[in-house]
Amino acid sequence: MPEHLLEANNVTKIFDIRQGFVTKHFHAVDQASFTLEKDKPEIFTIAGESGSGKSTFAKMILGMDSPSSGKLQYQGRDVSSLNKAKKRNWFYKQVQPVFQDPFAAFSPLKRIDSYLHETFHNYKMAPASEADSYINSVLNQVGLSIAEIKGRYPNELSGGQAQRVAIARALITKPSLIVADEPVSMLDASLRMSIVNMFRKLKQDNGVSIIYITHDLATAYYSADRIAVMLRGWIVEIGPVEHVLGNPKHPYTQNLKASIPQADPDKTWETKISLADMEIAEFSRTGCKFAARCPAVMEKCKSEAPKDYNVEGRNVKCFLYE
Amino acid sequence: MKTILDLMRYSPPFRYGFIILLLTLIMVILSFFSPYEPDDRRAVPRNEPPSVEHILGTTSQGQDVFWMLTFAIRNSLALAGLAVLIGRGIGVLLGMFSGYMGGTIDRILSTLVDSFIVIPRLPLLILIAAILRGQMTLVGLGVLLGILDWAFPSKRYRSQVLSLRERDFTHTATFAGMPTFKIIVREHLPFIVPFLLADIVSGFLFAIGIEVTLATLGLADMNSQTIGTAIYWGNYYQALLTNKVWVLAAPIGVSIIIVVGFYLLSLGLTQYLDPRTRLARLQVKGTA
Amino acid sequence: MNTIVNTQDLKAYYITKAYGVERTVKAVDNVTIAIEEGEVYGLAGESGCGKSTLLKVMLGEFQPPLTVVGGSVTYNFDGQEKNAASLTEEDRQEIRWSKVSYIPQGSMHVLNPVRRIQDTFHDFIVTHKPMSKRETFDMTRNYLRELGLPEKVMRSYPHQLSGGMRQRVTIALATILWPKLIFADEPTTALDVVVQRGVIQLLKEIQQKKNSTIVLITHDLGVHANLADHIGVLYAGKLVEEAPTRTILTKPRHPYTQFLIKSLPTFDERSEREGIPGRPPALDHPPSGCRFHTRCPLLLEKCKTLEPEMFTVGPEHRVACHLITEVGHA
Repeated sequence: MPEHLLEANNVTKIFDIRQGFVTKHFHAVDQASFTLEKDKPEIFTIAGESGSGKSTFAKMILGMDSPSSGKLQYQGRDVSSLNKAKKRNWFYKQVQPVFQDPFAAFSPLKRIDSYLHETFHNYKMAPASEADSYINSVLNQVGLSIAEIKGRYPNELSGGQAQRVAIARALITKPSLIVADEPVSMLDASLRMSIVNMFRKLKQDNGVSIIYITHDLATAYYSADRIAVMLRGWIVEIGPVEHVLGNPKHPYTQNLKASIPQADPDKTWETKISLADMEIAEFSRTGCKFAARCPAVMEKCKSEAPKDYNVEGRNVKCFLYE
Repeated sequence: MKTILDLMRYSPPFRYGFIILLLTLIMVILSFFSPYEPDDRRAVPRNEPPSVEHILGTTSQGQDVFWMLTFAIRNSLALAGLAVLIGRGIGVLLGMFSGYMGGTIDRILSTLVDSFIVIPRLPLLILIAAILRGQMTLVGLGVLLGILDWAFPSKRYRSQVLSLRERDFTHTATFAGMPTFKIIVREHLPFIVPFLLADIVSGFLFAIGIEVTLATLGLADMNSQTIGTAIYWGNYYQALLTNKVWVLAAPIGVSIIIVVGFYLLSLGLTQYLDPRTRLARLQVKGTA
Repeated sequence: MNTIVNTQDLKAYYITKAYGVERTVKAVDNVTIAIEEGEVYGLAGESGCGKSTLLKVMLGEFQPPLTVVGGSVTYNFDGQEKNAASLTEEDRQEIRWSKVSYIPQGSMHVLNPVRRIQDTFHDFIVTHKPMSKRETFDMTRNYLRELGLPEKVMRSYPHQLSGGMRQRVTIALATILWPKLIFADEPTTALDVVVQRGVIQLLKEIQQKKNSTIVLITHDLGVHANLADHIGVLYAGKLVEEAPTRTILTKPRHPYTQFLIKSLPTFDERSEREGIPGRPPALDHPPSGCRFHTRCPLLLEKCKTLEPEMFTVGPEHRVACHLITEVGHA
C-alpha cells in the first residue's frame, strides 16, 4: 500500500486545565482525520473559528506538539516520535511553516535575508557559491528579488512583502508540504488576494501541497481544493470545497457561511441571529458539540455524538444524515 | 558608535556618567605613568596638605595621595571587572541555558540559582575575609564577588529566554535548520544585550561597593592599593583626628564619584534601551 | 436632515521629535465630510490610511503628538454648533457618554478589569446622572436584557466573559445613555464571524431604536455593506470617494475603490482575481500629486504632480480623481 503524504487518523489533543481542585480535560482536537496524497498536490483548508482547534492541529502537523492519541504520520513515519536530529535532517526539509504574523516570524533585530541564507546553508541546497542566485530565484517565485530585501530589517518591509519572504524561506528546501497558519489574516484585504494567488501558483508549478488554515471562508472558497470545517476540535464537515461551501450540509457550516459579511448590497444578512445562548460553555463531553445552538437539534444530539456520514461527496458529522 | 553619540547628545544622565567614567579611565591610565611605586613609603614628605607639588596632599606614610589614588582606582576597577566578567558570564550562560532547555534541567538549575540568591552576601564575605585575613588577594576577592553576584541577574535572562522561546521567530529558526545553541546565541542573545549592558554596570556598582566596604573594615588585601584600603589606612593613621582631612576625603570622594558615574551611565542606558522607545526608534529609522 | 458632525478641510498630523529625529506623519490631510443625523456612516480604508486618526480627532481626543494643523471639526447638537477643538473641560464631561460615545477596538480598554460589570456601569452612569446603586443596577439589567445579554453578566468580571460577550457589553456601556453620536472603531475585527454578525446587528438595532448616528470604521467592506448608509473611502490620509453604500459597492468610480472591491473573493465563482499591486505609502513621505498614483493602472501625467479635487459625479457621490474631471467619466 503506497503511503500517504500526510495521514491524520483520529488525532486527539487533550489539555488538562486545573480549576481549583478539579482538573478539566479540554479536547482541543477531537478525533480528527484526513489524508493528503503524495502525487496529488492540493490546497487543503482547515477552517474554523477561534477555539476550534485548527492552530493546535497545525502545531501537531508541524511536529511542534504531539497528539494525546491517534495517529499522525508523515510519509508513513510518526511525526511525534521523530527525534531532534531526524527532524532537522529530514522532516524540516519536507515540511515548512508560514506563520500568521510576518513580523513575529522574524527577529526584529536581524536582517531578514539572514534567514534565507541560514535555511539555504543548513540544508545544503546547492554549493555555497550559488547561494545568492538560488535564493534570488526562490524570491522571484514570490514576486520579489534579492535586491529588494538585501540587508533590510523586517520592519522596513510592508506586511505583504514580509509574508512573501516568509513563504520564500519556506520554499528554499523544496518542501512537499507547507503548513500556513492564518497567513493572510494580518494583511489588508487588498493584499490578501496576491498571496492567495501565489499559493495557487505554487501548488501548480512547484507541486507543493499546502495546508491553509484560516477563519476566512471567502479566501478558502477561492483557493482550496478540499476543506475541513472544525468546531471545538471536531471536523464537522470535510470534502471538496465547491460542495462543502457551495452547498453546506452541516448546520454549523451553513450558519458560518450565512454569517460572512459580503461586500454586495444584495447579499446582506437576511435573518437576525440570537447570540445569547452562544456563550454557554460548550464543553459538554456527551452529545454533539453544536447541539446548544443548532437550529435542527434533535433529542438524540444532546446525548450521543454523531459519526461521520457520507453525503453528496463529502463527510458530515451530523445525525441529520444518518 | 552612532548610538553613543546619540546618547551623549540627548541623554544628560548618560553624558555626565560617561564624562565621569572617562575621567576615571584617565586616572587609571595615569597610574602607569606614576613617578612612584605603589608600595613606596616615605617617598615624599609626610602629612603635607594639598599643594602645587602634591595635588591631593600626602599621607602619614609618605605617599602622594593623588598618585596613590591612580593605583587605587586601577585596582578597584580591575577587581570589579573580574567580578563582573565571572558573575555576568555565569549568569548569562546558565540563565539562558536553563530557560531554553526547560523541563528537568531548568528545574534543577533554578533550584541552584535560588539557593545562591538566599545567601547573605555581605555577612558571608565578612566572615570569609576575617578567616582568610592576610591571605585574601585582589584576584581572590574578584572571583569571590563574581560567584556571589551571578544568581539574581540570571533569573532575568532565564525569563527572557522563556518568553523568546515561544515566539514565532524561534520556530522559524528551528525550521531553518539552526541547532539549539545557534538559536540561543543568534536569535535570543541580541534581545538580552540591553539588559546585559545595564546589568554589567550594576555589577560594577556592587563589586566596588563591597570592595570599599570590606577594605574599610580592614578585611581585604591590605597590602595592595585600592580605594577601600586607602580609606582604611587613612582611618588607621587617624587622619580625621589629626586634621589631615585630605587623606580620607580623596578616596571617599573618588568612590562616591565613581559610583555615581556608573549609576548615571546605567540610567541613561536603560532609558535609551527601554524596549518600547527602542522599537519605536527602530521604526523611525525604517519606514523612511 | 441636519448634519450632526462635520469636518472641514481637516488636517491632523503626528509630529514627533525623539533623539534628534523629527518626523511628521500626515495622517489626515484635508478631509471634508458631513455626517447626517440618524445615519450610519462608514469609513473604509486599509491600515495606515488615517481612519483611526480621523476618528480620534472627531472625538475631540487629541493630544500631542497628534495636532490639528488646519481645518475644524464641528458638532451640532440640538441646533447648537460647537467646535470640537475649543470645548472646555466642562463641555467635554457633559458630552462624553451622553451625547458622544466611543466603542474601541479592544473591549478591555473600556472595561475595568478589577470591577464587576455592574459596578463599571454604575460608575459611568453616575458621572452624568446621580443615581443610587439600585437604580443604576436596574437600569443596567433592563438594558442588557433588551440587548439579549444574560443577567449573569452583571456580576461578572471582564475576564470571565468571552471576547464576543465583552464587546457586546462595551457596546451596551457606550450606548446606555442613548448618545446621539456613536463612534465605533473596528468593533468586530477580533471577533468570530458569527459573533460579528450578532454585534453588527445589535448596533443596527440600537441605531434604529433611537435614531442615533453611528460612525463606523472598518476595513471590511462586507461589514459596511450590512450596516452603513454612506461609505467614505480613505487612502493615505485623503478622502478619495464618498457615496451611498449601494453606489460604492456596485458603481465605484475611483480606481482604488474599484480595485478594492474587485479584489474581494465571493462565493459566486473561483476565477482568478487580482490584488492591488504595490503597497500603501508611508504617511511621513506621501507621494506627490495624487497619493494613489504610484499604484494606479490608469495613471495620467498630471496625477504625478497635481492633487485631484473632490468632484461630484452623482447624487451624494463625490470622487477625487483626475480621470473624472479630465475625461468626464472613468
